[in-house]
Amino acid sequence: MDHLLRMSGISKSFPGVKALQDVSFDLMQGELHALVGENGAGKSTLMKILSGLYKSDTGDIFLHGKRMAATGLKEMITAGIGVIYQELNLISHLSVAENIFIGREPRHAIGTIDWKTLHQAAREVLKPFELDLDPRQKVYTLGPAHQQIVEIAKALSLKAEILVMDEPTAALTGNEVDRLFRIIQKLKSSGVSIIYISHRLEEVQSLADRITVLRDGKVIVTERCGEMSTDEMIKHMVGRTLKEKFPRYESAPGEEVLRVENLTRKGACDHVSFSLRSGEILGFTGLVGAGRTEIMETIYGCKRKDSGEIILNGESVSIRSCKDAVQKGIGLIPEERKRQGLILGLSVFDNAALAVLDRYSKIGILQRKKISREVQHMIDSMDIKTPSYRQLVRNLSGGNQQKVVLAKWFLRHCKVYIFDEPTRGIDVGAKVEIYKLMQNLARNGSAVIMISSELPEVMNISDRIAVVFNGRIVKEFNKGDLSEEQVMEYSLGLHSTAADSLNDVKEDHEKH
Amino acid sequence: MKSINVKHIIKNYGLVIVFFIICIALSILSPYFLSITNIMNVIRQTSIYGILAVGMTFVILTGGIDLSIGSILAVSGVICAGLLKSGASIPLAVFAAIIVGGGFGLLNGFIITAGKITPFVATLGMMVIARGLALIYCNGYPISGFSGAFRKIGSAYVLGIPVPVIILIFTVAIAWFVLTQTRLGRYTYAIGGNEETVKLSGINASFYKMLTYVIMGITAGISAVILTARLNAAEAIAGTGYELDVIAAVVIGGTSLSGGSGSVIGTLVGALLIGVINNGMNLLGISPYFQLVVKGILIIGAVLLDRLRDEPA
Repeated sequence: MDHLLRMSGISKSFPGVKALQDVSFDLMQGELHALVGENGAGKSTLMKILSGLYKSDTGDIFLHGKRMAATGLKEMITAGIGVIYQELNLISHLSVAENIFIGREPRHAIGTIDWKTLHQAAREVLKPFELDLDPRQKVYTLGPAHQQIVEIAKALSLKAEILVMDEPTAALTGNEVDRLFRIIQKLKSSGVSIIYISHRLEEVQSLADRITVLRDGKVIVTERCGEMSTDEMIKHMVGRTLKEKFPRYESAPGEEVLRVENLTRKGACDHVSFSLRSGEILGFTGLVGAGRTEIMETIYGCKRKDSGEIILNGESVSIRSCKDAVQKGIGLIPEERKRQGLILGLSVFDNAALAVLDRYSKIGILQRKKISREVQHMIDSMDIKTPSYRQLVRNLSGGNQQKVVLAKWFLRHCKVYIFDEPTRGIDVGAKVEIYKLMQNLARNGSAVIMISSELPEVMNISDRIAVVFNGRIVKEFNKGDLSEEQVMEYSLGLHSTAADSLNDVKEDHEKH
Repeated sequence: MKSINVKHIIKNYGLVIVFFIICIALSILSPYFLSITNIMNVIRQTSIYGILAVGMTFVILTGGIDLSIGSILAVSGVICAGLLKSGASIPLAVFAAIIVGGGFGLLNGFIITAGKITPFVATLGMMVIARGLALIYCNGYPISGFSGAFRKIGSAYVLGIPVPVIILIFTVAIAWFVLTQTRLGRYTYAIGGNEETVKLSGINASFYKMLTYVIMGITAGISAVILTARLNAAEAIAGTGYELDVIAAVVIGGTSLSGGSGSVIGTLVGALLIGVINNGMNLLGISPYFQLVVKGILIIGAVLLDRLRDEPA
């Protein structure tokens, strides 16, 4: 077999982050090559380079042994590379046929769309999938499995020789997964090569010809399937040579501040129970999409819970909006800094003061001098690098932007702080500063929840850690009680049945 | 270095510079332009649009829009006139006009926030409803002939300044204060900048958004009183098409239609610019048809200028 595709020496940096370092990856004709790694290991970045969405800083892409001169989106499609993203890219109010042939619709001589030929062509493309799918059907009426097939059909109709599938089974049920696997086998035997990204390691084991493990933007190992056990794979995924710098901190937990009992919201969280004491940092980990953010959104009142109880300082409270949560002393540092945490077009002052304007105003008129003093104090004590508080937040670096979000809540002196991926996309130095700020909060008696996908971070910064899988807490343990490998197993759902998870939580509660 | 400075100046004071260039050009072309009478005339004509534009600035700052203001002005006007005719006192009639305007604004705000309907559609509907209600109220006939005391609201001078202009100045001053010195003002910018962030910061964004439509309605009520007094008549078709000139003034004044940035001072300059250009073209005897073309070019030009401002230096 010849190399169909070879990516060699690919490096890519974003401000403050080396996303990929000297990555080499290849693919044979008719092969399924799986790409695994933790969140943020660089899988998506590598695939975005392959699809032409990103341009690599260094490195070359060879197709059929020839180096590709141009690697833009258009060139990659023409070269026969089709990407099926986790979030599908269909236009929901157009028909299946229109989606498949968008931009290439057959037309009559006078320029109007030739619907008959279009539908016929779509039927041809869909035929191998043996589905009862009407090309005239609007895409939004289809379930995720069928939508995915439409995407695959679209890629094949573009003469794709290489299909990239990013977590293709994430939204599918058991039967649908089986059908997808049959389709994948069929595609392979017809000569299509597949790059398969998945967190589900059993799947990878059963499908792949070869497996490549990425970690921290580097290729750790590429092995033939069968020569690497699932355990080894996990070890490669999490194993780190150098322990990053995590500031030490002796915790002194006090009274219980927050207790959550059987919190349930359909499709988001399932009988979630945990307790949090002052001076404590509780880590929440799990894979992206496991439901960690959803649990916090429900506690914070962004989404209404179906059932369950939230007890704050010994009192059962009703939180029906974010406003209620904030008034009761909870602050949320959200996952997406730019979209949810900041107002980029406004100043550091406006952003930092946003949550305390009610405290620093009389009959609606702001006490500007007081607020300015407080904000300036925060800028100094948190070492936010900005020429003045009038600077627009847009112009600050990622780490400093995150500090502005923190300042907003620190000014309010919350009892409970919820950090959702607080260090995502910021450089190592700033990370350490953020850890220190979180530890300071705990030292001063606040209770802290930290959601993080970065295992070493959660395992080193938190006093206790809860592992979330499928909207449930499947394991809760004290710092140091489990290894990263074990946590990864829980995150992957290898130890979970509904009964197990409930028992685990109960046992943990009884221990305390 | 020098070219960067020029760009910086154009970016920040472009509108004011354009305004003065046009004023200078007009005063050369028409000696009458700079006379006190004419200047007063321009400002007085600008006052109604200006007051409405102040309200519109709030709405647009949140990223919204209000197409119903012309119709709300008409309803407020005919109710004010009807009350005066039936013998109500002037303060009562004026108060009623403002309450009616504010009430329609509240309704707009409620439909937009509680019904989650885009402001464009909600206020488009309200534009038609309010116009219909105005026609029903006065059965299509104008209501005219008021006491001299009421008419003074539109025609009197205090210290040589027309009353409508004084009202405009007050409105702008209050709006400036509210936008820069109060919670409502800062939330208005914040909602336009990123509503999600505002909500997650524990602020009832819907409530404050609703308030901006109430403010818009109140300014429509005030404008209705001035217009009715000046014309000595209220008509159900009053204010038709005002929304476009008012939105134009706000946009020319540098407030971004996507919300989050802009100022009421900019809006005032924008309204004056439109007033001066209208006046100047009249003085120069340019055909009203041609005037429309110029106004359209002005709107697009102003937004282009705004784009320049948004681009990183």
